[in-house]
Amino acid sequence: MLPVKTPRRDPAPSRLRYRLTRLWLRPGFRRLANFGLPMLAGLLAAWTLMAEYDLRGRAMLAFERVREAIVDQPQFVITRIDIPDVSPDLAEQIRVAAFVDLPASSLEVDVVSVRARIEALDAVERARVRALASGVLEIRAIERVPVVVWRSGPGLQLLDPAGVRVAEVDSRLRRPDLPLIAGEGAAGQVPEALELFALARPLHDRIRGLVRMGERRWDLVLDRDQVIRLPETGAAAALAHVMDLQAAEDLMDRDLTVVDMRDPRRPILRLGENAVAELVRVRAMVAGEDA
Amino acid sequence: MRRQLYEVQRAMRSRRETALRRGVIAVLDIGTTKVACLVLQFVPEEVGEGVETRPVLRQGAFRVIGAANTRSRGIALGEITAMDECERAIRTAIQGAQKMANLRVDHVIVSFSGGRPRSYGVAGEIEVENGAVAERDIGHVLAACDIPEYGHGRDAIHALPVNFALDHRSGLTDPRGQIGRSLAVDLHLVTVAATPLRNILQCIRRCDLELAGVVVAPYASGLASLVEDEQELGAACVDIGGGATGLSIFVRRQMIYADCVRMGGSHVTSDICQGLQVSMADAERLKTMHGGLVATGVDDREMIELPSILGDWDHDRRQISRTELIGVMRPRVEEILEEVRARLDASGFEYLPSQRIVLTGGSAQIPGLEMVASHILGRQCRVGKPLRVQGLPQSATGTAFATAVGLAMHVSHPQDECWDFEMPADRQGARRVTRALRWFKENW
Repeated sequence: MLPVKTPRRDPAPSRLRYRLTRLWLRPGFRRLANFGLPMLAGLLAAWTLMAEYDLRGRAMLAFERVREAIVDQPQFVITRIDIPDVSPDLAEQIRVAAFVDLPASSLEVDVVSVRARIEALDAVERARVRALASGVLEIRAIERVPVVVWRSGPGLQLLDPAGVRVAEVDSRLRRPDLPLIAGEGAAGQVPEALELFALARPLHDRIRGLVRMGERRWDLVLDRDQVIRLPETGAAAALAHVMDLQAAEDLMDRDLTVVDMRDPRRPILRLGENAVAELVRVRAMVAGEDA
Repeated sequence: MRRQLYEVQRAMRSRRETALRRGVIAVLDIGTTKVACLVLQFVPEEVGEGVETRPVLRQGAFRVIGAANTRSRGIALGEITAMDECERAIRTAIQGAQKMANLRVDHVIVSFSGGRPRSYGVAGEIEVENGAVAERDIGHVLAACDIPEYGHGRDAIHALPVNFALDHRSGLTDPRGQIGRSLAVDLHLVTVAATPLRNILQCIRRCDLELAGVVVAPYASGLASLVEDEQELGAACVDIGGGATGLSIFVRRQMIYADCVRMGGSHVTSDICQGLQVSMADAERLKTMHGGLVATGVDDREMIELPSILGDWDHDRRQISRTELIGVMRPRVEEILEEVRARLDASGFEYLPSQRIVLTGGSAQIPGLEMVASHILGRQCRVGKPLRVQGLPQSATGTAFATAVGLAMHVSHPQDECWDFEMPADRQGARRVTRALRWFKENW
């Protein structure tokens, strides 16, 4: 029996196939077919879909519904704001500044912006905001502690050691426990001012405050209009010197108006009127004795 | 007629330059048994600053990036017999090579093995105009060659200036710039039958390709398989292909003779087919698996099972010894080689300084061919594989691919042809503007 012989297949491409292959090997055509046409088709499809207003509205509505269904889950609801370890009136301020309507969904509360709003408060140094699983928004804030009262042009302000404003007060009598500083640029030198107040502790009950002169040096003002002028550099040493004199000779209890320590090598005293007259008298008496 | 043909050649040349500028060109060897296609990529190279009036091809290095070959259909004796079939074969080869290269090729250079090439030696002589030989003097002397009447149905395919002589000082390859009075040239003109050539052109056009050159196949195989000193001192390349055996003689790196014997390996196959009564495919298989040309004692004992025609293993079994097969093959090969010897004798090959003969082509793989050829041609013969080309796949390095590789060499290092030089104005067409411009250029 003869095996059935299939005719030998001719591997030649048909003319159409040959032309298509050659067309496909054109780089420009290839790029067009691979990128241009799909992109065009995608754009066209998106355009026709979005052009139908109804369809777009419905799509957005459906999306909104799904989103609400997720957001309104009871697991996500915040019912309480917790602000531990903070004085009551600051807590009230923080509660207002956080600007969260209760009950809110924890998916919708933007804790970062809440934190930014809270940290924008003067009295808050740093804050941490967390949405806890138990439906509590916990805000941990670190309060700024005022150390001085600063009398500047418009009014009285409380400053913390870094010189940042903590609050404004209407009267000095609200915080008599804090020392007073005054003058332009005093806010930037709070640590130095505190050091000077510590040195001047022996005159504690007579101090009225420190005045920043010309934004470069301090004047320590006591009652009876007495002034101790301190130099720009080495103010602490100069004040210590004065305090030594006070301890030894009760310098400030005498009839003085100004102790000028601006040149530490040559302290200058200005006497009061009575003292000057007394000095003249004593000198004349000494001169008379001599004569 | 001749003027028009040279215009065709010039057009092909300009297309070749376009292709080289683009960097990709295909070479196509249309043979009787196979169609081979190589896609060449040329390394782009800066044009030198010495821009001549004659455009200089970039002599760049190239590499083969695509190679494909297929059995050819509709071709006999190197000429197209069935246009559709042949076109399909070309399409297959081109598509395979394009696929491998992943590049589209538009320009193709074709080798042509049929069409009864005929060689003419032509001489021309002129007086040099200005003392030193200039570019246009060469154009003049080439135009001054008296072209023989090669017949109506034939076309010139190559016109190679092989030798220049200046005042009886012969052997110059490039006389430009030398001082002399009379300039003579020897031109090697190859003509082929016009109709088969036109068929090839038509076939290429039907494949959407642009033809950038036609080369006679023996020339291409000579370029690929002769080593440099063989080309220099004189050697003949015998390209025994499927349907035709090409013959080209080289001396001083120029081809001086090309001819073709219209017999080849397929005739050996048909002899086996008739002599042993087997089918053509089986005969081809017998030839390639067991064929040989020199019988020894061992071959008497080596029995070959012939495939039975009826497929009846019990009743229809035949065995032949290898000696018998050799006895069938040898007379035909001898006939081919005797024909080659006759052509060699006619060409004056014995006057060359060296007379190496290099056998190549698919049929050069028959074992024992060297011995038989030395015997018949009376000279030392060797089987020459084509030169190594960068990127050529291992499967395409055999002798059968000599023509394809030679075409690649021809593209990368083209030899000047007659039409590469500008023709003098009086021989060119009567385009007045061009003539006026030329007159200005020559006088200022």
